[in-house]
Amino acid sequence: MYLKELCEMDGVSGNETPVRKFIKENIREYADEIFTDSIGNLIAKRKGESSEKKVMIDAHTDEVGFIISGITEKGFLEFKTVGGIDTRVVVSKRVRIGKDSVNGVIGMKAIHLQKKSEREIAPKISDMYIDIGANSKEEAERYIELGDYAAFNTKYQEMSGKIIKAKAIDDRAGCAVLMELIKIKPVYDTYFCFTAQEEVGLRGAKTAAYAIEPDIALAVEATTCSDVGGVKEKDYVTKLGSGAAVSFADNRTIVGRDFCQWLYEKSQKAKIPVQYKAAIAGGNNAGAIHLSKKGVKTASVSVPCRYIHSPCSIADMGDIEAVKNVAELFLLCTNELV
Amino acid sequence: MLLERLTKCAAPSGRESALCDILKAESEKFADEVYTDALGNLIVHKKGNGKKIMLAAHCDEIGVAVTFIDKNGYLRFSSVGGVYVKRLLNRRVVFENGVCGVIDTENDNKELKISKMFIDIGAENEKEAKELVSIGDMAVFDGAYIQQDDIVISKALDNRAGCYALIRTLQQAGDKNDLYFCFTVQEEVGLRGARTAAYEIEPDIALAVDVTDTGDVPGCDKMEVKLGGGAAIKVMDRSIICDAGIRSLLIELAKQSKIPYQLEVMCDGGTDAGVIHTTRSGVRTGGISIPTRYIHSPSEMASLKDIDACIDLLCKFCSYDF
Repeated sequence: MYLKELCEMDGVSGNETPVRKFIKENIREYADEIFTDSIGNLIAKRKGESSEKKVMIDAHTDEVGFIISGITEKGFLEFKTVGGIDTRVVVSKRVRIGKDSVNGVIGMKAIHLQKKSEREIAPKISDMYIDIGANSKEEAERYIELGDYAAFNTKYQEMSGKIIKAKAIDDRAGCAVLMELIKIKPVYDTYFCFTAQEEVGLRGAKTAAYAIEPDIALAVEATTCSDVGGVKEKDYVTKLGSGAAVSFADNRTIVGRDFCQWLYEKSQKAKIPVQYKAAIAGGNNAGAIHLSKKGVKTASVSVPCRYIHSPCSIADMGDIEAVKNVAELFLLCTNELV
Repeated sequence: MLLERLTKCAAPSGRESALCDILKAESEKFADEVYTDALGNLIVHKKGNGKKIMLAAHCDEIGVAVTFIDKNGYLRFSSVGGVYVKRLLNRRVVFENGVCGVIDTENDNKELKISKMFIDIGAENEKEAKELVSIGDMAVFDGAYIQQDDIVISKALDNRAGCYALIRTLQQAGDKNDLYFCFTVQEEVGLRGARTAAYEIEPDIALAVDVTDTGDVPGCDKMEVKLGGGAAIKVMDRSIICDAGIRSLLIELAKQSKIPYQLEVMCDGGTDAGVIHTTRSGVRTGGISIPTRYIHSPSEMASLKDIDACIDLLCKFCSYDF
């Protein structure tokens, strides 16, 4: 799996080019057709045993990050968030900015200069800046342009057991899974969609689904995993190491009972560890795909991911393997569903 | 009575198939074609000449979905659709398989929150509970059907009253126009079914048939719609400004046939009309609404006279020579 390579790349929403390029180079040989559409989705078609139906399998290439919105006289960069980021986790984090991957650190007023009231509230993005070590606006402008993207700079690391630490596991894990699955021959013609701009509103998947007009679709994602201290078991959403998370509903999609149960039960029978995503929360590309044109039967299966949307997430390789296996079952047995 | 049967059926958003089965059985002998699309919308086609008209009534209702089952057999849940948290305590819920439960909350004297609430199905422990329900199972709010003269009180009049009106209209429909009676799914979670149904049908004209609030109970927000005041012809709601031509035509038809009507400007809430009118290159869309009190409660109240007025107006609309 190309997980390490994918998670160490930068691809903030709207700027997915490096990720897309890497994927394209490595899957080209398996694809019968491959193209990039106007919004930046990479779509690879793999012919199946039959062309009677069209299948769409989706993973998004983009990650949350920042965009540079100003440069101060002293050479600090002002920025805005791209996608949903908890502002409490970004201070002092390393970022890479712009085409030349300039190194920067997200800073704010030091703790001993903050009033008590300031220390007790979540910091605002407008009070932070990115420090690239420039001494003046002129110096900063030599490296940075307004509108440049900044992405978290985090190394991929293996931890104890099968646990890995990285940024952007959401949804490079999905991309890595799709890159493996394109190697097998599916039952129906399948469109492997590496979609852009999920984090800012499911935008890429919307146009991809419109173009493809699939009969059935599966979103391969990463999802909240809150099985940590201070959270009651009822609020975990998913558990790390407990397998692929099948959604019955989230804020954007209610998955059809047949499809949802099929994924869960078929996986159980195949001895693939699965769990239900136990909350109606969040949303993913399934939300855009299932409402495309005359409607598409759509489900999603996700990798549980602790500290999602932060500079440093944690996932279990066993869960990623399980997601791959569930998605593979789907591609090999789609005929049981449509 | 059909309306009673329709309200009794449990059909939370995304899990409408039991209700669609009833609607299908009621429609089949009057229709040329009945089918279900990818999202589960039930589409009943009554062929005719003239314009292609889409009549949409959503068939789903609000409810809850199980997210967790604890060691003692209590269920935790999320809401499905616009559930009023303040109205949840000690409400009865019914699952699709008939299992019943009661909602209560952890008693911490703080603000009511769904995250603190649970459903008690009387199970002794986790194992027993899991034999009755599973994660992802959905339930609806119980509320018996009562008829008192012309008034009906029930759960899910939103929008079984609309479904009922469509069935009754279908039974009387001629072939003046090409009619699609759409029982749409997932309206309560964001007008989802109507969007894909409208895309597929590509109608010339559409009407959404749904319930609307009233402004005739003590201390409520101002609204010029009252129970018993007749069919409410929609002017606008938060999701649409209705096509002026359709609105005028509905008023004219009501006047000609002496059908009691009132005009509806609903400031809160949208309807299927909202997504239908922006489908593809746009669809001329209006709405006929059934005045209903206490919407999204187990005791919604409507007037059979108003429902009849809506049916009469729908019939006139369907047989109009456009």
